[in-house]
Amino acid sequence: MAEPRVSDALESAPVRAAVAAAELEPVIGLEIHVQLRTATKMFCGCELSFGDEPNTHTCAVCLGLPGSLPVVNERAVHFGLMIGIALGSHLAERSIFHRKNYFYPDLPKGYQISQYDEPLCRGGGLGGVRIHRVHLEEDAAKLTHIGHSGRIHGSDASVVDFNRGGTPLVEIVTEPDLRSPEQAGEWLRLLRATLRRLGVSDVNMEEGSLRCDANISLRRAGTDELGTKTELKNMNSFRFLERGIRAEIARQEQVLRSGGAVAAETLHFDPVSGAITSLRSKEEAHDYRYFPEPDLLPVAIDEQMISAAREDMPELPAERAERLAREGNLHADTAQLLAFRSELGDYYEAALQSGADPVPPPQMLANWVTGDLVSRLGDGEDPASSRVEAAALARLVGLVSAKQVNVGAARHVLDRLVAEGGSDPSAMIAEEGLAALGAEDDLAAIVAAALEANADAAERVRDGNAKAIGPIVGHVMRETKGRADGQEVTRLVHQQLGI
Amino acid sequence: MSDAELLALSAAGALAAIAAGELAGGEVFDAYLKRARGDHEAGVDGLNCFTWVARGPADDGSSERGDSPALAGLPLAVKDLFCTEGVPSQSGSRILEGYLPPYTATAVSRLTAAGAGLLAKTNQDEFAMGSSNENSAFGPVLNPWDRERVPGGSSGGSAAAVAAGLAPWALGTDTGGSIRQPAALCGIVGMKPTYGLVSRYGMIAFASSLDQAGPLTRDVTDAALLLSHMVGQDPCDATSLASPEPIRTPFGESLAGVRLGVPDELTGEGIEAGVMESFNGALDSARELGAEVERVKLPHAPHALSAYYVLAPAECSSNLARYDGVRYGLRAEAADDLLQMYTRTRHDGFGAEVRRRIMLGTYALSSGYYDAYYGRAQRVRTKIAEDFRHVFGGVDFVVTPTSPTVAFKLGERTADPLSMYYSDYCTVPMSLAGIPALSMPCGLSEGLPVGFQISGPAFSENRLLDAARALERALAFDGGAARV
Repeated sequence: MAEPRVSDALESAPVRAAVAAAELEPVIGLEIHVQLRTATKMFCGCELSFGDEPNTHTCAVCLGLPGSLPVVNERAVHFGLMIGIALGSHLAERSIFHRKNYFYPDLPKGYQISQYDEPLCRGGGLGGVRIHRVHLEEDAAKLTHIGHSGRIHGSDASVVDFNRGGTPLVEIVTEPDLRSPEQAGEWLRLLRATLRRLGVSDVNMEEGSLRCDANISLRRAGTDELGTKTELKNMNSFRFLERGIRAEIARQEQVLRSGGAVAAETLHFDPVSGAITSLRSKEEAHDYRYFPEPDLLPVAIDEQMISAAREDMPELPAERAERLAREGNLHADTAQLLAFRSELGDYYEAALQSGADPVPPPQMLANWVTGDLVSRLGDGEDPASSRVEAAALARLVGLVSAKQVNVGAARHVLDRLVAEGGSDPSAMIAEEGLAALGAEDDLAAIVAAALEANADAAERVRDGNAKAIGPIVGHVMRETKGRADGQEVTRLVHQQLGI
Repeated sequence: MSDAELLALSAAGALAAIAAGELAGGEVFDAYLKRARGDHEAGVDGLNCFTWVARGPADDGSSERGDSPALAGLPLAVKDLFCTEGVPSQSGSRILEGYLPPYTATAVSRLTAAGAGLLAKTNQDEFAMGSSNENSAFGPVLNPWDRERVPGGSSGGSAAAVAAGLAPWALGTDTGGSIRQPAALCGIVGMKPTYGLVSRYGMIAFASSLDQAGPLTRDVTDAALLLSHMVGQDPCDATSLASPEPIRTPFGESLAGVRLGVPDELTGEGIEAGVMESFNGALDSARELGAEVERVKLPHAPHALSAYYVLAPAECSSNLARYDGVRYGLRAEAADDLLQMYTRTRHDGFGAEVRRRIMLGTYALSSGYYDAYYGRAQRVRTKIAEDFRHVFGGVDFVVTPTSPTVAFKLGERTADPLSMYYSDYCTVPMSLAGIPALSMPCGLSEGLPVGFQISGPAFSENRLLDAARALERALAFDGGAARV
């Protein structure tokens, strides 16, 4: 969308030589397409769907039948404004839909209704990356090519599923402010967390509700010139995004180092082979013949629409991470994880506020939520929909922190909570006799017995082999059914061996 | 009532007879059905007005005849480009041959809900591009006044059918004159309402910012009656507007105090002498009715055709992109790849004029040419609208001849697109301004009808119809000679 600003200087031969020798720096901008989670499509009343029987969510409008006309989905505009507010963008008072004309079987009207020179939002930024623009458009239908190639060329037949056609999309274009593949991936995660928090999209890269293209160029480090950029498409996971950008940077670097020039082209990244192939050169680029969509009126954004969007704004991940870190004295990365995966943050805060006694320390609770609990749930499962009540986890962590149950036993209790549910971990602890050994239990005697039963190991420990303590501790744990505190056992072993 | 008596009635007259119990709606439908079928089945010996004719009232579920007493089952002919559920809707094009839409256009469904019965679909220039009805995949329509002449276009089938008494009234569409010009050439009334007054939903698009549906009728009262059941905002058309008041039955008898503006630019060179004479005669009648007639200036009107032939092709190049052979309509066989399927389908499916305009429009929107063509044409359009606003500060209506000439001979202009485009010289400015305009017959020149165009500010339909009705009474034009 944004026009490339190509420095002519970079193209000249002497400069090419200089570039070949210079330290090179990547310049990366992202173009993100987000499917909005509205009830209906962008310009008709068809329900949004994913994975349904093909061509069951279609009508005259989204099939582009003769005589049909589009009508703007107000909810999509509302979501677009929320995104604009979240990104600190300037919201246009008047925004215009344009037709982007090109022929393709997934585009039933022969044009996509998109936005051109008067987008919904301009400017703004997120996490230190400037936003160029945010606009609304409609998604294309889904093409499947039948035949060995999987691409349209050489396929036996191609079939179109129009269920996806007309799904509302928001396109977000950044300025070229990113400098590495890792930074691009990290920033896209922040954007995804922000959009998820807004509730405007499923933001699932594998399912295509979040799609990312990257504009990539290289320049001499420390300068502000811009080299010829390429546009890299088809990176449908965070891993592929970083890998694809890395591969393209390497390719461009090789071209420049050998004195060549990067060609402006659109590239396709094959995540399986890692290969980058050209889709079309600048010369082959479409002339989209943009013109104002005569079937729609300009969208007038009034104060009421803006305040309605503001009212629906939740706390955003960047703000939340900062607040969680401050309130719970959490490590920055823990706070960020809770904020970026807002379902974890919600669960953590619910647990923290459940009034558990003993009170769990925030960092410890956060570790249990993001570590032990998440690892026991299915991939990406929301803990709130698991059987583990936030209050039960809070109490369990509180008991661990008060040394009323040791970590191993608590993990066993968590296994049961995941499987069975239940609100009272104390009952499970009592039922299985898992409570940590109290003063009335003579741990010293059990340790003495263990040393006697493992005399060889005891000897090695005394000779300085710290690792040999394993069987001794294991013995104690078996005797105490895991209730003993590991550190205390070690202390007693050392004491009784006189070391 | 005999068929001859029935045929002599206007639609409003037939409704009055039905209300008086002298006639049943079904009788009217059957009488016209017989006439329309007769012409349709006569093939080359007929006028070729129709692309489809019902076999009977409500003969296939979708050719409904409503129960509503408002239009009491009166038959209605509808231009081919209105989508009618289950009934061929082909916009006069091979590329849509046999296309059966799954839904009905809002304008048509409003009329059937008011009790109209779908009688026939009418022949037209392909995708409404033309001024003679010679650009139809279904062959030319003949003018009932003289079968060697064209009926005008693009709503040529609708105009000829009403003039010949094959339908009591008809729906047409007007983009640059496509209702008014054929109405003029066939000696009937045709009206293009204010842009947005009638929903475009279900009208197979030519140029979205200009297309507007309207009535073709025997007289002004029928035009008002048909229009009154078509108007209204439609949630399916974002550009439709609520009518500020219902369309009334016109009651004008006098033009006392009415100021008519005659623009220099649209009444000078290029208008046939006979047409001018008839037009001036109508102005005299208007004066006699009390109208004040004055000269006005529309300085940008001479540029209207040029702007129109950039804007309309630009929009049509995009609107017609959907006819690609993928989902419906014609698909060329034996294409080796996708591009060949597209190019062959569109080459075989579109006629020469449609292809010409698609190419013109594609060029006008191309990167690097947009500002010089589309951008400039839009600015001219704004200027023309301003011209009219200015003029309407001083006069109530602007009047012109509808067409610079009477009906021309078949084939006479087919080889010269520019002379064909010139047919719309007097009608295009109002289309660009989005204002209502009506053409009514004002006399004969060399035995052929001449049209008188009267246009007013946006949403002035009721006033405009009143004035036209008053003039119509005074002119007392008799179109009976054209009825077959």
